[in-house]
Amino acid sequence: MSRNDWEVVIGLEIHAQLNTASKIFSAASTAFGAEPNVQASAVDIALPGVLPVLNGGAVERAIRFGVAIGATVAPKSVFARKNYFYPDLPKGYQISQFELPVVQGGAITIRVGDGDKAYEKTVQLTRAHLEEDAGKSLHEDFHGMSGIDLNRAGTPLLEIVSEPDMRSSTEAVAYARALHALVRWIDICDGNMQEGSFRCDANVSVRRPGGPLGTRREIKNLNSFRFLQQAIDFEVQWQIDTIEDGGRIQQATVLFDPDTGETRMMRSKEDAHDYRYFPDPDLLPLVISPEWIARVRSEMPELPGAMKARLVDDYGLSAYDAASLTASKEIAAYYQAMLAAADAKPGSQVPKLGANWVMGELAAQLNRAERDIGDSPVAPAQLAGLVQRIADGTISNNIARKVFAALWNGEGGTGPDAADRIIEAQGLRQVNDSSALEPLIDEVLAANQKSVDEFRAGKDKAFNALVGQVMKASRGKANPAQVNEMLKRKLEA
Amino acid sequence: MINASLTELRAALDAGKISSVELATLFLDRIERLDPALNAFITVDRDGALETARAADARIAAGDAGPLTGIPLAHKDVFCTEGVLTTCGSKMLANFVSPYDAHVVSLLKAAGAVSLGKTNMDEFAMGSSNENSHFGPAKNPWDTTRIPGGSSGGSAAAVAARLVPVATGTDTGGSVRQPAALTGVTGIKPTYGVVSRYGMIAYASSLDQGGAFGASAADCAQLLTAMAGFDPRDSTSIERPAEDYSRELAAPAAARPLAGLRIGLPKEFFGAGMADDVRAAVEAALDGYRALGATTVDVSLPNAQLAIPAYYVIAPAEASSNLSRFDGVRYGHRAADYRDLAEMYSKSRAEGFGAEVKRRILVGTYVLSHGYYDAYYLQAQKLRRLIAQDFQAALADCDVIAGPTSPTTAWAIGEKSDDPVQMYLSDIYTIAVNLAGLPGLSHPCGFGAGELPVGLQLVGDYFSEARLLNAAHRFQQASDWHLRRPALAA
Repeated sequence: MSRNDWEVVIGLEIHAQLNTASKIFSAASTAFGAEPNVQASAVDIALPGVLPVLNGGAVERAIRFGVAIGATVAPKSVFARKNYFYPDLPKGYQISQFELPVVQGGAITIRVGDGDKAYEKTVQLTRAHLEEDAGKSLHEDFHGMSGIDLNRAGTPLLEIVSEPDMRSSTEAVAYARALHALVRWIDICDGNMQEGSFRCDANVSVRRPGGPLGTRREIKNLNSFRFLQQAIDFEVQWQIDTIEDGGRIQQATVLFDPDTGETRMMRSKEDAHDYRYFPDPDLLPLVISPEWIARVRSEMPELPGAMKARLVDDYGLSAYDAASLTASKEIAAYYQAMLAAADAKPGSQVPKLGANWVMGELAAQLNRAERDIGDSPVAPAQLAGLVQRIADGTISNNIARKVFAALWNGEGGTGPDAADRIIEAQGLRQVNDSSALEPLIDEVLAANQKSVDEFRAGKDKAFNALVGQVMKASRGKANPAQVNEMLKRKLEA
Repeated sequence: MINASLTELRAALDAGKISSVELATLFLDRIERLDPALNAFITVDRDGALETARAADARIAAGDAGPLTGIPLAHKDVFCTEGVLTTCGSKMLANFVSPYDAHVVSLLKAAGAVSLGKTNMDEFAMGSSNENSHFGPAKNPWDTTRIPGGSSGGSAAAVAARLVPVATGTDTGGSVRQPAALTGVTGIKPTYGVVSRYGMIAYASSLDQGGAFGASAADCAQLLTAMAGFDPRDSTSIERPAEDYSRELAAPAAARPLAGLRIGLPKEFFGAGMADDVRAAVEAALDGYRALGATTVDVSLPNAQLAIPAYYVIAPAEASSNLSRFDGVRYGHRAADYRDLAEMYSKSRAEGFGAEVKRRILVGTYVLSHGYYDAYYLQAQKLRRLIAQDFQAALADCDVIAGPTSPTTAWAIGEKSDDPVQMYLSDIYTIAVNLAGLPGLSHPCGFGAGELPVGLQLVGDYFSEARLLNAAHRFQQASDWHLRRPALAA
C-alpha cells in the first residue's frame, strides 16, 4: 500500500517563552546566556519557605495572545502543580495550569504551499496556558556527574495546544511558522529558536481516511522548523511501515535525533508519570477582569490577517504577495514604512512595485548578505524613493537595479532622496524624449539590416534583438516601452 | 522579671531598670539551666541574641524604641532565620542554615525584639505531641514525663517555663492552640492570610498560619501586632490596613466588661470524647464568662466530625508536594552512598524524613493519584466548604464560639505514639477552625487531674482577633489561671 492510503493527523504543542524581564514567579532576570545559576533567586532554587508571586506581565502577554487568536480569555483560571522529581526541577513540581487554562479556544489561519497549489486553512486551538520552565541539566563536562543550571528555572512559558487539525508535515510547519510570526508580531516572545524560546512538540498519528483516530506518538522538543518537518516525515513513515508490517502503534513519547533523522522512543505510556495535578495552594485563582481584556484589545496592533486583507483590498496586491509581506513583523514593518515614506495613494503603482522590490531584490540581497530586514542597509524611505522613480517613469526596472546596488553600498547618502542623487550623479534618468531616441533608433536600424530583414520575414525574435540594441545604445536609459512602440512604427512603415 | 508581662518589661527597659542585654542574659541563663530537662530549644543563639540586645539598648538609649525593642523571644524552628540553623525538627534540614529571614522574623528583627533561639517542634510541623522531632521530644514543664502538645511544643513549653516571655508558632490544625492549652499558656492563630507565610517552611499551605504564644492574651496581642501585616511575597497574604490587636485591651476594667458578648457553644464540642476533668474546667470558665456579662447560646456545627477526615486528606496532599523540594540535590540531607539518581532521591528522603512525615507523604501521594483525586481530594474540598459554612451559620447567632481546646490534658510521652489515629483525634476541636480559615485562641481555664492545665478555645469570625483577645483579656483580668507557673519554672 502506498502512503496515499493513509491520512496523517498532527497536533502541535508549542512552548513560547514570554519576553518578560523577570521570571513568572520571582524577580530574577530572564536574560539568556548568563553564567550558570547567577539568575536563580531563592524562589527559583526552591529554598525552604519561599513562595511564588505571579508576574502580571506574563498574564498580560497571555491575554494578548488570547485576543489575537479570537480565543476566550478565562475570567478565572487556576495554577496547578505538576509533580515529578528531576534535579533541574527544584520544587519537585512545576507550576502550570491544568483544568482551567487562561486561554481557551481560538483559531489561526495558515497559508500552506507555494504558487498555484497554495491554499489557506484554519487551525483550531484547544488552549494556551501559563507555566514555568525548568532548569537545565548539563551532562557534559562534569566527569560522571551532572551539573544543574537553574537560570532558566521559572522562565515564563505559554504552552499553546492545537487541535489535531494538521494533515501533513507541511501543514504542521506552516502552522508553526504562522504561530511563530504571530507571537513575535504581538511582541510576547522573541521567537529565538536557537535559544529555546520557541519549542515544538508534535503529536502524530496515522489512520485510514475517514476512519477513527490512530494511536499517537508525541515527538518532544523540536527546536527548528526543519527538524519539525523531518521528524514528522520520519515518524509518519515509521508508523505506516509498522502498521503495514502487522504491528501496532503504542502510545509513547519519542525524541528526534537530528544526526540520524530518526525518532526513537523515550518512554511508553506505561512509564508515563502520574503528575498528581492539584491546584497550587500558594497562588490564588487568576482573575482577569473584562476591563483588562478590553485594554489589551484596544492596544493591539493590526494583526497579520487584517493587514493581509487590507493590502489585497486597498492596494490590489495578490493574496500571495500580501501573505509574504505579512509573514513576519519585521517584513510588514519595513513594507509599511516604505509605503508611508512614498505617501502612496490608492491606484498608485508604488504598493505593487514596492512589494516586488521588498520580496525580490531586497530579500535576495539580504539573504546573500545574511542580514535581517530590520538591519537592511537600504532603509524603507530610500527604497520608497527608488520605487517612486520607477513608478513615475524616471528610470526603468533595469536601471533601478543599478540604483539599488548603489543604495546598498551607501551611495547617495542616507536620506530619502538618496535614489535621486544617484540617478542624477550617474546620469541614469530614463530617456523619454522621442526626438532624442529617433536618431538612436535610426542608427540601430541602419547597422542591423539583417535583423530588419528577418523581422520582415516574420521572425519575431529579431525584433527583440533590435530593442536590445537600442537599449544598449542608450546605455539602458531609454524607456523600453517607448522604444518598442517607435521601433514597431518605423519597421511597419 | 521572669514573670513580668511585656508591658512591664517595656516599662522596665525604658526606665533603665534593666538593660536588654541583662534581660536576654537572664533568660539565656534560665534556658541553660532548665532546658536540659525540657528540650524546648533546638538552637540557642546566645551570641546573636546578645548582639541584638546591645543594638536594642542603643535604640532604647536613643529614644527610638518600639513596643518590642529589647524584648526576648524565640522562634519556632519552622521560621527561616538568616545565619542561624533552621531545622524544622527534621534530620533532613539538620544542617540547613537559611540565607534569608522569614517575613515574621524580619518584622520582629526590625521591631528590635531579641531572638534567643529556635524552638523544638514536630518534624515539618506534623504532629500533636512534639514526639516527632528529630531532636527528641520537648517536655511539658508541668510534668516532664508528659508531652507539651504539638507541633509548636517547644515554643509552648518555653513560654510556660518562662525560658522566654513570648514565642512564635504556627498552626495548621491546632499546632498553636493545642500546645498552649496543654502547657497552660495563651496562644492565638489569626485568620488565614493575616501573618505572612514567606519563610515559614510549608507543611500544608492552605492551612498553615503563623501565631503567637504568651503568658496572657495581652502579651499575645502585642506579639501578634508585630507579626501581622500584608506581605507582597505571599500571594495568600491579605491586603488590609495594619491592626493594633491590643487596642481593645486598654479600656478600663468594668464590672461586666463582656456585657453583650454572645458566646456560642457548639453541641458537637461538648459531646462524648471530652475528658471529665476538661469538661469541668471548661464549664467553670464559661460560668466565669457569664459572670463578666457574656451570654451563652447553643449552636451547632453539624459537619464538625468530618473535619479530621477532610484535614487528613488535604494536609497530606499539600505536604506530599511541598516536601518534594527536599530531594538532597541543593541543600539538606543527602545519602552518603547511592548508585544512581533514583537511589539518591529514595535514600536521601528515606534517611532524612521520620515516620510520621513519610506516612503523610504516602497518604498525600495516594489521594492525589490518578483515579483517586476526585474521591478523596475533591471530596475533602467539598467538606471543607461545608465546614466553613457551618461556622458562618453558627456565627450568625453569636459573636464568638467557645469550647475545649483539647479533649484531654497532656498525655504521657509514648502513650499515643503507636496509634496515629488516636493522636489525630486530639486535634478534633481545633482542626475545623483551620479548614474554615478562622482565627482561634486558647487560654488557660483551670486544671484537670494531676494538676495539668486545661485550655478554653475561642473562635471568631474572620479578622475578629482583637475581639477574641479582648474577651480572653477580660477573663484573665478576673482570674489567675494564666498566672500559675509550673514548679519547675520557679
